[in-house]
Amino acid sequence: MSERERKDSPEQAEFRAHCRQWIADNHPGEPEVRLPISALEIMTPQQMQYLQAWQKAAYEAGLVGCDYPEAVGGGGRQDCQRIANEELVAAKTPYFPNIIGLGMAAPTVFHHGSDELKARLLPRLFSGEDIWCQGFSEPGAGSDLASVQTFAAKRGDKWVINGHKVWTSLAHFAEWMILLLRTDKSHKYDGLSYFVVPIASALGKGVTVRPLIKMTGETGFNEVLFEDLEVDDGYRLDELGKGWQVAMTTLLHERGAGELVTPRAGGLKSKSAHNTTARAVMELARNTPRDGGTAADDPLLRDRMVRQAIREEALREHQRRARVPALTDHPMRLPLQNKLLNSELSQDTASLALDVMGPSASLYLADDNAPGGGQWPMAYMNSYGFTIAAGTSEIQRNILGERVLGLAKSK
Amino acid sequence: MSQPNNYGFEEEAAMLKDSARRFFAEKLPVDQLHALIAADPDPERSPEVIWPEALWAEMVELGWTALAVPESAGGIAMPWVAVAGLLEEAGRAALPSPLLSTLQVTAVLAQAGAAAAPALGEIAEGTAATLAFMDVSGGQQVGAVVVEDGRLRGQANFVQDVGKCDRLLVLAREGDGTALFWVPCDANGITVHRDAIVDLTRDQAHVSFDAVVGERIDCDAAQAWAAAQPVIWTLISADMVGAAEWQLQTTTEYAQQRKQFDRPLGFFQALKHQLVDTMIAIDESKSLVYSAACALNHEPQRARELAHMAKASASDTAGFASGRSVQCHGGIGFTWECFVHLYFKRQKHSQLLWGDAAWHRARLAEMLIDRGARAA
Ligand SMILES: Cc1cc2nc3c(=O)[nH]c(=O)nc-3n(C[C@H](O)[C@H](O)[C@H](O)COP(=O)(O)OP(=O)(O)OC[C@H]3O[C@@H](n4cnc5c(N)ncnc54)[C@H](O)[C@@H]3O)c2cc1C
Repeated sequence: MSERERKDSPEQAEFRAHCRQWIADNHPGEPEVRLPISALEIMTPQQMQYLQAWQKAAYEAGLVGCDYPEAVGGGGRQDCQRIANEELVAAKTPYFPNIIGLGMAAPTVFHHGSDELKARLLPRLFSGEDIWCQGFSEPGAGSDLASVQTFAAKRGDKWVINGHKVWTSLAHFAEWMILLLRTDKSHKYDGLSYFVVPIASALGKGVTVRPLIKMTGETGFNEVLFEDLEVDDGYRLDELGKGWQVAMTTLLHERGAGELVTPRAGGLKSKSAHNTTARAVMELARNTPRDGGTAADDPLLRDRMVRQAIREEALREHQRRARVPALTDHPMRLPLQNKLLNSELSQDTASLALDVMGPSASLYLADDNAPGGGQWPMAYMNSYGFTIAAGTSEIQRNILGERVLGLAKSK
Repeated sequence: MSQPNNYGFEEEAAMLKDSARRFFAEKLPVDQLHALIAADPDPERSPEVIWPEALWAEMVELGWTALAVPESAGGIAMPWVAVAGLLEEAGRAALPSPLLSTLQVTAVLAQAGAAAAPALGEIAEGTAATLAFMDVSGGQQVGAVVVEDGRLRGQANFVQDVGKCDRLLVLAREGDGTALFWVPCDANGITVHRDAIVDLTRDQAHVSFDAVVGERIDCDAAQAWAAAQPVIWTLISADMVGAAEWQLQTTTEYAQQRKQFDRPLGFFQALKHQLVDTMIAIDESKSLVYSAACALNHEPQRARELAHMAKASASDTAGFASGRSVQCHGGIGFTWECFVHLYFKRQKHSQLLWGDAAWHRARLAEMLIDRGARAA
């Protein structure tokens, strides 16, 4: 029994045993389709269906949405999602496809939606039957998110939406979107409101989804056009003009600093996903011939590989230290670093892997001689998605400087 | 064995850390510290041992020297995380004292079995001690002092805070092996040559041994030394993390108050982002320090690896935080009157002592890359 288990409450211990048993009996095994690094790069219906079936099975077994009340389709448990995540990650299962739904839409709808909306939307969100997407960014509103121009005009008791969203991950599979828009043009922040809107069922009826191609050649994000899409007032979250506050709930959870733990499986450690850890780079170096020896003999590469291993270890430790108040000076200090550190770490590790590979790093997916199947150049390019999405690294540093250190705001 | 979720940092450890912070804030505010140790700016001043000596008696009274001493030898036997917490606060205060060296000596003695009990008992009662063994390169192999005919000969370098200590714990080469001696600083045949050092918060010396008779501590000294090294690296890293936190807080306050171009300095991202990066570096080191300290009690099989990580990280953090603290203060930060130079100097001293970052990473490369290959 690990120390971690020893700290489990009786409820958690029983639940952990259940998770472990269920995963042992129901691990879906290796998929027939190649899976991308994360759910954000899912391209084909086959990939999506395989992952949706897996999420649904895990939900029905009680491993998804554990800490939400039963009335909204949750498990009604206390601090148990963490336990399920630990077991899912340890068992190297595939990841869940409804990443935006689970990580962002669910906590936002839960904190700001009507009871009716919660009961209707959340069960199918947890099960993965309804995929969700996030309509925040626009061509003219990226880092300066509050300048969004998509507009909802009141017509009778309905709202009519017009506008243009970009970089909308998973919109091509999405049933629903969380949508930040403007209901008043005269106030930048207080003119914003927040809706949930149907996407798939409104295609061709006010909604157009067009795929955008990433630098890797993958798709995964889209632009979404709204032309006179009519929605009920019941799809609004919280009060009119409170959209910015609602968006803060979404962003906090998106950056891993929210209070509700996001259901998480597989990921980095999944067998089917590419392993991008420092240990994997060390292994790569030992297998890469160089100057009569291997790349693992090069003193500068050795130093860089160890630096990455140190950063990785520290990041793992942050999760633990963040829960020990006596060893943290400010409650948000570690949680708000989470997204920044993770994304920059994986970028630097992938970059190092390419240096270790040398000219072989030029070989891509379709080349039989590509070390690691050409996944490293793919991972390196994709890493820029992570340092840009969900608030760029520069914006994360602004937030840390202002919210944690209390430095003067730059907006 | 694996580590507990809270690092084993229990109520008593939190109380110790908190009371230490209040103790230093009250008894050793930085302006008083500066007035005491930085009275003479002459770069060619000759070395002197200046420190708040009266505070040491109070720290002994509080039981701080007994913290890591086993109960069987009259100590309190707190876990190493608690000691790390105390040293983080000592670093934050830039405390000149033999506390760090004495706790490091305790780490070696605690590994040395029953024969070390009397020495540990002395420490529990307030005897201050320091390690003596380094060669002129400051490396960590034993051999600069040797045992010949039962007497100590040679020269130990970079002996820390010896001017504040009563005893030396000498690691000496004896034939092919290592021996441990407990020696009064003023024993016959010992000459302490004070080094003129940059750091104002410490004293340092090279110590020559001319046929010195010491008290031998009968034990497997090589094993005790190897087991104590991770403690030694972790404790000095805790000091650096605390000092870096002071550098961050002080520089942040300055960036909030001082205005240029009609704005507080911290408005400008060129500064804001440097301060954030300092915070990120500190947090990396801090997580590693507490993990390493916890491993000393709970996960001994990983203690060495984690301590190498902690010292590598904390050394880099110390250098980075120091540079930023001077740069972000501008001209005033470059003066003797601004307190940041005290920490700048202390950090550089700690950074290079007990193996710099590159040395620790080179050891880690051997553990993770070369030995990892054999494991794979
Ligand atoms: C892979 C991927 C998936 C995404 N998925 C979604 C999604 O599902 N839904 C969604 O709504 N959006 C999504 N986004 C969009 C993402 O949130 C934006 O790209 C991001 O917020 C940056 O906005 P921008 O692209 O307009 O860049 P800009 O804001 O124009 O920034 C350009 C550069 O200027 C810097 N910069 C801007 N302002 C400042 C400032 N104040 N201080 C310092 N530097 C500054 C930025 O850091 C950046 O380096 C995704 C993006 C990517 C890459």
